[in-house]
Amino acid sequence: MPDQRSHAALIGQLGSGLVPVRRLLPPWLRTAGWLLVVAAIAAVLLMHYGMSGMERRWSAAPDLAWAGVGAVVTTICAAWAAFALSVPGQRGLWAWLPLPGALLWIGASGLGCLSVLIEPGTHITSLHQSSDCLVFIITFSIPLSALLIVLLRRAFPLRPILTAVMVGLASAAASASLLEICHAYDAAATDLLTHALAVTLVVAANAAMGGRLLSRA
Amino acid sequence: MPQALTATGFMGLDSDLSLWASVKQTVSAESAAVSNSDSPDQRRAAWMAAAQAGDRRAYEKVLADSIALIRAAARRQGVSPDQLDDVVQETLITVDRVRHTYDPSRSYDAWLSAIASRRAIDALRSRGRRGSREVHDEFALDRHPDVDDASAATESEQRARRLRAAIAELPPGQREAVEQLGLRERSLSETAELTGRNTGALKVNLHRALKALRERFHGEL
Repeated sequence: MPDQRSHAALIGQLGSGLVPVRRLLPPWLRTAGWLLVVAAIAAVLLMHYGMSGMERRWSAAPDLAWAGVGAVVTTICAAWAAFALSVPGQRGLWAWLPLPGALLWIGASGLGCLSVLIEPGTHITSLHQSSDCLVFIITFSIPLSALLIVLLRRAFPLRPILTAVMVGLASAAASASLLEICHAYDAAATDLLTHALAVTLVVAANAAMGGRLLSRA
Repeated sequence: MPQALTATGFMGLDSDLSLWASVKQTVSAESAAVSNSDSPDQRRAAWMAAAQAGDRRAYEKVLADSIALIRAAARRQGVSPDQLDDVVQETLITVDRVRHTYDPSRSYDAWLSAIASRRAIDALRSRGRRGSREVHDEFALDRHPDVDDASAATESEQRARRLRAAIAELPPGQREAVEQLGLRERSLSETAELTGRNTGALKVNLHRALKALRERFHGEL
């Protein structure tokens, strides 16, 4: 059984192999780095689709604009929470940070689709169109989640599943925010359900796979 | 396209941020001097900051100073006294691996206790798994008596043979680490020179080898 002498021997060994290390950047700065990548994708989508479609939809259904704001806030807060949770000694309370943004996102989307009066300038999505949203959110979430996991593996997440849930939420919310740029429909019940399904799938996949990847970090 | 954009953005970002980090690290390392008026936590924080910059003396001090904290954290998690030293060793190795995640502007004790608590939980789980595999039958010994009632010397010889066989079955890197560092008592730098492996890889190999051997021979040797 190891005793004090073996502790001293181990400390001596660790000391003899000591090399300077590059300190991990603060969570907010690492969050900003990941958000820059999301912003670059948004810029490319905006160049391709332009602002007019988004503005027309938002003026016809302001709830959608609030849902979009909620998705962006959720993206920022969930990514920040993931980076904070990946540093030992940080409190688990960080996991609550995305809650207000998520409530705004879900609440505004829900209000939009429960609204009886649909503005004449917009049309309700069909199931086929909804499946496009599902594919879009999942397709964009995969590389965004992968990038977050790569960045987080440089840290040491002591709560890997909770951190992975934050990764899933951040990347799904980011994808939903990007979808706003090229989304042509109002928030009907089918659309809301599709978005909820996509976000749930991304979060669940991250919790299952990301948790394992992060726990090996 | 999103993959291409992601990769390009990440690489550019990483190099910019690295430059910023190296500047910040230099500044922090210079300000890592320890004064007598510091609290124990601040003193350890300053030592770890200096260790991140490569100060061996400060590193050994902070690790030695951490043992009591690790034991306290492990005890809080319910680790039994006979497992405490294992948790201390596992935690020290983890601290060595993740020392770059420590931010000197935050509490060192909180950072260390979080790692120690995790390692304590791992130890408890590992013992739980092992316990569920082991036979707890009060008649087991009666039913399976030690047929080889040899002398202590013979038993010791058998154990050594089993240990040698187990070491021989380890993957080459781990076997090399055990043989050079453990059995021949060579230093890390000597072994690194001899084997051509870096000291970090040697430490990881030795740790993995000991873990594998411990799991294999738990309760036997």
